[in-house]
Amino acid sequence: MSDEPHRALEVEGLTVTYRRGQGSLDAVRNVSLRIAEGQAYGLVGESGSGKSTLALAIMQYLPENGLISGGAIRLAGQELATLPGEQMRQVWREQIKLVPQDPGSSLNPSLRIGDQLDEALSDGGETRGGVRERSLEQLRQVHIADPERVAASYPHQLSGGMQQRVLIAMALAGQPSLLILDEPTTNLDVTTEAAILDLVCELVQSHQTAMLYVSHNLAVVAAVCDRIAVLYAGELVEDLTPEQLRSQPLHPYTVGLLDSLPRVGQRAGVDPLLPIAGNMPRLDEVPAGCVFAPRCPIALQLCHELRPDLEATQQGSLVRCHRWREIQAGAVDLRAARPANVTAPDESLSGKIALETKDLVKHFPVRRSLREALRRTPPRSVHAVDDVSLQVGQRRTLGLVGESGSGKTTTARCIVGLVERTGGEVSLFDIALAPGLDGRDAAVLHRLQMVFQNPEEALNPHRTVGDVLQRSLERMRGLGKTEARQQAGRLLEAVRLPPSYLDHTPGQLSGGEKQRVAIARAFASNPDVLILDESVSALDVSVQASILNLLTDLQSEQGSAYLFISHDLAAVSYLADDIAVMYLGQVVEIGPTEQVLQPPFHPYTEALLSAVPRIDAAAGIERILLSGDLPSAVDPPGGCRFHTRCPRLLGEICRTQAPPWQQAAPGHRYRCHIAPNELAAMQSPAFRDHITTVSP
Amino acid sequence: MAGNTTGGGSQPASLATHERRALPAVFTRWWHALRELYARPSSALGTTLVLVFLAMALFGPLIAPYSATEQISGAARQAPSVQHLFGTDHLGRDVFSRVVLGARDILALAGLGTLFAVVIGTLIGLFSAYRGGLTDEVTFRFFDSLLALPALLLALLVLGVVGPSRNSVLVVLVIVYVPIVARVVRSVVLSTKQKGYVEAARLQGESTASIVRRDIFPSVTPALTVEAGLRFSYAIFLVASLGFLGVGVQPPNPDWGLMVSQARPYVSLTPWALYFPAAAIALLVIGVNLAADGLKRVMLPGREV
Amino acid sequence: MSRYIARRLLFLLLTLLLTSMIIFVVTQWLPGDVARVILGREASEPALAALRAELGLDQPLPLQYVSWLGRFLTGDWGTSYSTGEPVRALVLERAGNSMMLAGLTLLIAVPLSLLLGVVAGLKADKPLDATISIGSLAVVGLPEFVTGLILIEVFAFRLHLFPANSSIRPGTGFFEALPQLVLPALTATFVLLAYVTRLTRAGVVEEMRQGYVRTATLKGLPRRTVVGRHVLRNALLPTITVLAISFGWLIGGLIVIENVFNYPGLGRLMTFAIDRRDLPLMQAITLITVLAFALANLGADLLYAGLNPRIRLE
Repeated sequence: MSDEPHRALEVEGLTVTYRRGQGSLDAVRNVSLRIAEGQAYGLVGESGSGKSTLALAIMQYLPENGLISGGAIRLAGQELATLPGEQMRQVWREQIKLVPQDPGSSLNPSLRIGDQLDEALSDGGETRGGVRERSLEQLRQVHIADPERVAASYPHQLSGGMQQRVLIAMALAGQPSLLILDEPTTNLDVTTEAAILDLVCELVQSHQTAMLYVSHNLAVVAAVCDRIAVLYAGELVEDLTPEQLRSQPLHPYTVGLLDSLPRVGQRAGVDPLLPIAGNMPRLDEVPAGCVFAPRCPIALQLCHELRPDLEATQQGSLVRCHRWREIQAGAVDLRAARPANVTAPDESLSGKIALETKDLVKHFPVRRSLREALRRTPPRSVHAVDDVSLQVGQRRTLGLVGESGSGKTTTARCIVGLVERTGGEVSLFDIALAPGLDGRDAAVLHRLQMVFQNPEEALNPHRTVGDVLQRSLERMRGLGKTEARQQAGRLLEAVRLPPSYLDHTPGQLSGGEKQRVAIARAFASNPDVLILDESVSALDVSVQASILNLLTDLQSEQGSAYLFISHDLAAVSYLADDIAVMYLGQVVEIGPTEQVLQPPFHPYTEALLSAVPRIDAAAGIERILLSGDLPSAVDPPGGCRFHTRCPRLLGEICRTQAPPWQQAAPGHRYRCHIAPNELAAMQSPAFRDHITTVSP
Repeated sequence: MAGNTTGGGSQPASLATHERRALPAVFTRWWHALRELYARPSSALGTTLVLVFLAMALFGPLIAPYSATEQISGAARQAPSVQHLFGTDHLGRDVFSRVVLGARDILALAGLGTLFAVVIGTLIGLFSAYRGGLTDEVTFRFFDSLLALPALLLALLVLGVVGPSRNSVLVVLVIVYVPIVARVVRSVVLSTKQKGYVEAARLQGESTASIVRRDIFPSVTPALTVEAGLRFSYAIFLVASLGFLGVGVQPPNPDWGLMVSQARPYVSLTPWALYFPAAAIALLVIGVNLAADGLKRVMLPGREV
Repeated sequence: MSRYIARRLLFLLLTLLLTSMIIFVVTQWLPGDVARVILGREASEPALAALRAELGLDQPLPLQYVSWLGRFLTGDWGTSYSTGEPVRALVLERAGNSMMLAGLTLLIAVPLSLLLGVVAGLKADKPLDATISIGSLAVVGLPEFVTGLILIEVFAFRLHLFPANSSIRPGTGFFEALPQLVLPALTATFVLLAYVTRLTRAGVVEEMRQGYVRTATLKGLPRRTVVGRHVLRNALLPTITVLAISFGWLIGGLIVIENVFNYPGLGRLMTFAIDRRDLPLMQAITLITVLAFALANLGADLLYAGLNPRIRLE
C-alpha cells in the first residue's frame, strides 16, 4: 500500500498512551490514515475523541506524559516517531506546520508580529530587510490589507480573526508539505470563521499543500475537506468523502452526529433532531467490544463482545461496524431505532405576553483619566445595550442571536437583575421589575429563572446534586426537607437523569449532565420565564441536541416561556418561535422565525445566515463577507451602527441618519434605510437548508 | 422557616444523622491529607519535624528534666553531657530544658496569632469582597497602606509604643497578617462570585449570609489552608526575630530568639547555649515550610509558588 | 502610558498619606500621654501641662496630624528625646549606611536568584530543580539572626575571612567599608534569594506552558532561541514586581541583621529608639523607610509598564 509515491503523510496503526500516576491510558488506538499531496483531510470528533492528541502526535509534540506506544508516522516517506530531536527541528522548520486552536495565546505577547514572522521565515543567509519583505508578502497572501501596520503591531492590538490570519501566514512560510489545522476557528465568531474558512480553502488550492483539518464541526470539515475521518473514543470509526457523508454515511455514530446537528430553519416541533443517547466512554472505561456499542441504537450482542475491524466498502470508504452492510442495504433503520420523543408546545395555550422589555438601556461607565477629569471631559460609557424592546409570549420562545459584543448577554443579565439597567423598563406579566435583585421580592424572582453558559461553573462543586435541588425546592416552594428530597428526584426525572444522581457530586457528572441539573434547578420553581444564555453552546453536538429536545419537552410540560440566547443561528431557529438579531447593542431585526430566515432580511442577518457552515453546501449560496472588525461600543458609529461593515451600504444616509424600522410583514421588522421590496430584490432566497411546511 | 411545614420530630433527627455523617468525613479528609503529605520525602520530613515540635510543646514539662528558670548552683557554663544534654548557660540553666519548654511559647504564640488573623481576615475578606462597593474599596485601600509598611517594621513600631509582652506580640501578629489573609480570601471570592452557581443562588433569592457560607466559603478553604500554613511559618519567624531583638517575649521566659541574643555575649564560653536554640528555630521553620509546601501540593494541585 | 503613570502616582500619594496617618496614630495617640513618656512618671502636673502646650498635644488630633506632617515635610523632623540631637541629621546618616548595605545585597542577590530561578524553572521537576527548590524552600523563612550567626561562625571565627563586627565609623565610604559589609550582605542575600528564586521559577514554568512557546518551538527554532528570545522576555517581566516586594523583606531583614552585626544603619537606630521610647526618632525612621519602599514600588511599576507593550501602548 505504502509504495505509492505521492503520499504526504502516512499514519499506520498509531497508538498514543498517556501515563497517569501508576497506570496508563490509550487516548488514540490503532489509527491509520493517509493523506495525498494536495489533499485536504478532515478529522472530526467530539471532545474526548482523541483528535487533538492525534494531531499533536503527528507533530511529535505530545505533552510530557504522552508517548507513541505503537505504529508509525511517515511524512513524505520519512519516519517521524524515531527521528532525533535535531532532525525533527528541521522537519518543523521546513515540512510540517501547525495552525493552533487559540490564536490569542499562540503569539508571543511581547514581540511585534513582524519579528515573530521574520523568525519563521529567516534561514540566516539573508538581510533583515529581505526577510521582512518576505514577511510582508506572506501577510498580503492571507489578505491582510495593511501588512506594514500589522507587522509593527503587538498581538493584543489585533482581533482574533486577524491573529489567526497571522498564524496561517506563519504556517505557510517555506511551503510546508503538511499543514495541520487544529480547530482553527473554534473560538471565533461565525462571520470571522467564514472568512478564515474561505482563506484556508483558497490557500490549499493555490499551494497544493496537504492539509489535516481537525474539528468538532462536521459541517466545517465537509465544506473544506476532500476526505473525512470520524474519530470516536480514540478510534477511527469511518473514513469517507464529503459526498458519501451527505448521501450515505454508514457508521451509526456518523449518522447520529449528522442527525444531532440542527440546520438553519429546522424546527423542533416539525423535524426534531435525533440525538445520540448517553456519553462518550472515559478513557479508562473503554468498552471491550465496539467502542460505540453502549450508545448504538442497533447494537447486537456481538457488538458488545467483539471489536469490529475497519472494513473497506465498494465505494472506497472505510467503516468500523459489524452491521454496515445491513445499514447500506437499508435493512435496518437507524432513525426508527432512536425515537425523537419531542412534544411540541401547544400553541393554542399561548396568548399573553410573559416578558417584556421596553427601550432597555445599559451603559457601563468608562473610567476617566485624571486629565480628562480635570478638563471636565464628559464621562464616556460602553453602550452595551441600547433601546432594546423585546416581547416573549406565554409558552413561546424568543431567540436572541448575535455575535460576541452584540450585547445579548448583558440584555439577559439586565432582565434577571444581575446587572442593573441604566434605563427602560422590564415587566413580567405586567408586573414592573426593579432594576436590581434587591428591589425584587422573592415571589417575582422565582417566576424568572436563568441557566448560564458554562456547565463547569453551573453547580457548586462541594454539594451533591440532591443538595442543590433540595435547597432550591425548600427555598422557592417552601417545601420541608423530606418532601423536597422526593421532589428533587422528580425534577431529575424531568430532565431525564436517574434518581441515583441525587448522591453524585458535580465532579462525577459530564458537562451535559451538569447542564441538565442546572436546568432542573431552574425549573424547581416552575418559572414563568426561563432565560437560557448560551446554555448549550459549550456542549458537544450530540449532547447539545438532546438538551435542545429536552427544553422543547419541558416547555410543553411546564408551559414556561423561553428567552433563548445563542450565537448559533441554527440552534436558535430550532427552538425559537420568534427571533431577534442583535448587533452592537441594538436589535436590528425581529420577527417570526420563518420570516426572519427569508428575504428581506437586515444586511447583518444576511451575512450571519450566509456564514453558517452547512453540511449540504446548499447550492447558490453566496457568502457575504463582512469587512473590518466590530467597532468599539464606547463610541458606536453614528447613523446606522452597521454602516462600517455593511455590504449593502447606500451611502451618506447610512453614516449620518439612524435607520428607521421597516415593516417587512406583520410582526417582522428590521432597522435599515433600504425598503423591504428593494432589499428582497437584492437578496438570495436560498438560505434555508430545510424547507419548513408550517406557515405562520 | 422553610421547614415549618413538616412535623417537628423529623427535623432534629435528620440534622443529627447529618452531623454524624459529617464528622468522620472531616477525619477522613485529614487522614487522607496526612497520607498524601507522607507521599513525598520533603513534605514527610517537614510534617515529622512539625509533629515532633508539637509533641514538645504539648508534653514539654514531662520531657524537660529541669525547669526553665532554675539556676542550678555550681553548674554554670557546662558543656553538653549526659546530665545536661545541651549543656548549661552562663547562669547555670539547663539549655535542653529551656529549648524543650520554649517550644510551647513559640508554637502557641505563632499558632494563636495565625488562627486569629486567619479567622478575622477570612470574615473581612468574605463579606467585604462579596458585597463589594465603597466599603470594600476603603477597607482594602487601608490594608494596602498597612502592607506598605514592612511587617517587621510595623511590628517594631507597635511594640516600641505599647511595650513588649506576649499579648502585644499576639496583637502585632494579627495586625500584620489580617490584611494579607483578607487579600488572599478576597481574590478567591471575587472569582467565585462570578460563577454560575453563585448567580443562580442569587436569582433564587438566597440571602448573602447563606450564599457566602454555602457557595463561596468552600471554594476559599484550599487557598486559605495553604495561606494559613505560610502565615504560621512567618509567624514563627516573626516571633523569633522579635524575641531576638528584645521586644517580644521577655526574660526569664525560655523564648528561643531571646535565648540566642542572651547567649551571644558568652558565645566563646557557652556556644551550645546559642547554637541549640538557633538550631531549634531553624528546624522548626524548615519543618513548617516543607509541610506547608506539601499541603499546597495537596490542596492546590498544579499551582506553582 | 501617561494615564498609567498618573494613576500610579496618585496611588503612591494616597498610600503614603494613609501610611503616615497610621504611623501618626500609632506613635502619638496609642502611647497615651506623650508628655508623660518624655518627662517620666514623677513629673509634676504643671510641667506636664506646659510640655503638652509646647508640643501642641492639647489640640485636636487631626490638627496635630496636619501640623506634624507639615513639619516633617518642611524638614523639621524634631529632636530626639534621648540624645537631644536633631533627628534629621542622625536618620539621614544612618539611612546612607543602610543604603550601602542594601545596595551590595541587591548586587549579589538579584543576578544570583534570577539565575537560580530560571535554571530551576527550565529544569522543572528534574533533580537540579528539586535541589534548588527544596533548598530555597528550606531557607525561605530562616530568621536572619540564625543565618547571620552561622555565617559569623564559619567566615569570621573559623576561616577569619571577614570581621564578625561591622560597626563602621560615621562617614566611612563604600569601598572602605566593603570587608565589613560582606557578611551582613550575604545574610540579607539569603532572605531575598529564596523568595525571588521561587517566584522566578514559577514564572518560567508558567510561561513554558503558554501557547506561544509551542508556536516558537514548532517554527523549528533551537531551544536556546525559544527560551532566550520568547520565554525569558515574558517570564522575567513579573520578577520586577517581585523584586520590589522583596525590597520590603530586605528592609525588615536589615533591622535584624544590623543588630546581629552591630552595623550602624537605620535598623540598629530603630531598636535603639524603641529601647528608649524615642518617638520622634521612631517616626522619622518609619516614614523614611516607607518612602523608600513606596518609591521602589513605583519604580518597579514604571519599569514594568515601560517593558510591557500591553500597558505601554494603552
